[in-house]
Amino acid sequence: MLAFHLKRTVKLGIKSLWMHRLRSTLTTLGIIFGVSSVIAMLAIGEGASQHAQEQIARLGSRNIIIKTVEPPEQQRTFQQESLHEYGLTYSDAERFHNSIPDVEVVVPVRRLPEWAWYRNRRVATEIVGTVPWHTETTPIQLRSGRFLSSIDMHYKQSICVVDERVVNELFLFDDPLGQDVKIARDYYRVVGIVSPHDLGSGPRESQPQPLNDLASGNRLRGSYVGAIYIPLTTVKDRFGETTMEGSRTSPSTMKRVQLQEIVVKVGTIEEVMPTRDTLATLLERFHKKSDYQVVVPLELLRQARRTKLIFSVVLGSIAAISLLVGGIGIMNIMLATISERTREIGIRRALGAKKRDIMVQFLCETLLLTLAGGILGIILGSFIPYLVTHFSRMPTVITASSEVVAFGISAMVGLFSGLYPAYRAANMDPIESLRHE
Amino acid sequence: MWRNELAMQQSCKTPQFDSNGPILVMEQLYKSYQLGAVELPVLRGIDLSIKNGEYVAIMGPSGSGKSTLLNMIGCLDRPSSGHYWLGGRDVSKLSDNQLSQIRGSHIGFVFQSFNLIDQLNVVENIEVPMYYQGLSEYDSAQRARQLAAMVGLGGRLTHRPSELSGGEQQRVAIARALANEPLIILADEPTGNLDSESGSEILNILVGMHKQGRTLIVVTHDETIAKCAQRIVQLFDGCIK
Repeated sequence: MLAFHLKRTVKLGIKSLWMHRLRSTLTTLGIIFGVSSVIAMLAIGEGASQHAQEQIARLGSRNIIIKTVEPPEQQRTFQQESLHEYGLTYSDAERFHNSIPDVEVVVPVRRLPEWAWYRNRRVATEIVGTVPWHTETTPIQLRSGRFLSSIDMHYKQSICVVDERVVNELFLFDDPLGQDVKIARDYYRVVGIVSPHDLGSGPRESQPQPLNDLASGNRLRGSYVGAIYIPLTTVKDRFGETTMEGSRTSPSTMKRVQLQEIVVKVGTIEEVMPTRDTLATLLERFHKKSDYQVVVPLELLRQARRTKLIFSVVLGSIAAISLLVGGIGIMNIMLATISERTREIGIRRALGAKKRDIMVQFLCETLLLTLAGGILGIILGSFIPYLVTHFSRMPTVITASSEVVAFGISAMVGLFSGLYPAYRAANMDPIESLRHE
Repeated sequence: MWRNELAMQQSCKTPQFDSNGPILVMEQLYKSYQLGAVELPVLRGIDLSIKNGEYVAIMGPSGSGKSTLLNMIGCLDRPSSGHYWLGGRDVSKLSDNQLSQIRGSHIGFVFQSFNLIDQLNVVENIEVPMYYQGLSEYDSAQRARQLAAMVGLGGRLTHRPSELSGGEQQRVAIARALANEPLIILADEPTGNLDSESGSEILNILVGMHKQGRTLIVVTHDETIAKCAQRIVQLFDGCIK
């Protein structure tokens, strides 16, 4: 019996609200905006957070990345005005390998921007001089052929592994495997193709690699299409141990940098922080200048999570306040509505309605308002992130839980803001109400 | 006007109870109102007995306590002291919920200003008492249509009160009053807001209902209505003369 009763009460509620369309719409606006902004903001936040966490995770949570950075001017030794030597060295890499326990792999990396030629085409690439176990510390995947091998290293072979973006730009429709690529003065045979670094699987953007990717070394002067991996020993041999180029601060000085980066991977997550401390101590001992930077993705990940939590709390508070305001508006309107319908309440009571019936009637009306607002808010809120992503290219993620939560909250707001007015209506004296107006 | 006499007869079946005894008994009923520190007595010792199927008119000047007596009879309020039996049951000290239940099932109100609900159409207005008694949607709609036809509004089922004349509205109110087969029909100046033509139409309907066996209690100033009644109860200063 309660079920059909509910249906008629709902129909009556809808009818009442429909008869005062403008008023009902204006009343629900508060809820609509509150709910939609919650969902939109949560989506934007979630998108940014997921994106950041994905990027960080790609760096490897068991990795510690030490990068070479150009030390500030004051720390330069004045004797070597013309030659500026700084950064990580091969001996650093060896030291890490030998003196630190718990280390799974040590990956030294050398990076240089260079043009790569094939037939009469050229592209700007980043040459990555590295070791065969480089793939253990980055999420690049082998698409065809093979990666660098220890034999290549030993014999300083002139071979290279190119990433897919270089393949698309340089080779077009030719099969790169077995072809020669000219870099600087030498030719390198392509033995393998890998996925690009900043994508785990499959292309999502077809843009050139951004200028300041977290894992790349120094700032490049321009953007480049992709990476070409060459054995570190080969790079050392062909390009020398140092990189000669004018530095930013004084164009006549030349830079000598051995390695742009060393990545250390440990066995378990627990070993990350202790190992990082050991590394820091080691580096401090051997580096007079602050020409390095230690990046711990795990730490970044934790920070990102904390940031997200704070963001959610702030967001939650804002949303709570806006929904509270919306709820107060609804309570206000319902009180006015009930006052207007005092006579009707009296009539219904005279005709046999109990206090409970009146209460249910008006509570239902309020709930209909807020649930309608909630639904419209969810629709609007789901639409806004698409616009945001479309116009600003920021990723947004709409989580199902946020919609459920938003809906639940709008129902709660309806319940609470409708309780008092409904209670007032139910407890009106029938005789007084009949005399009203 | 009587479109469906058979339906009318069926709907006038009075409820089962001892039809030989009185349907309404008031014994030394007192009602006072508190106005701050002062107690204002309005009804002073009402003794009233109405038989099943009687047509009683209650008359009296303003301030005599007519409205209060009406509210008492209609179970809209409780007496300060004394007893009130309706349909053989003591309703003097019932809870609000119980009184609501009694009103809904045993009393049919007809008001001076019709008191229809503007948002509902004719059928829906007649359905209201049935809704509160838990009747199914289908049954109540069907009965409402029958009742509407009975008072001559079969062709105006979807009209709203604002689209009806005064007389038509009062007819809807009467149909509504009959919805739950009440023990008594309680009318408060039913023709007060009507012109003489509509007024006599309504009077005819009321008389017709009485002829079918309904118990009718009408509070009125109108002599024409009082003349049709079997008995006139004169109220003066809170007492029955």
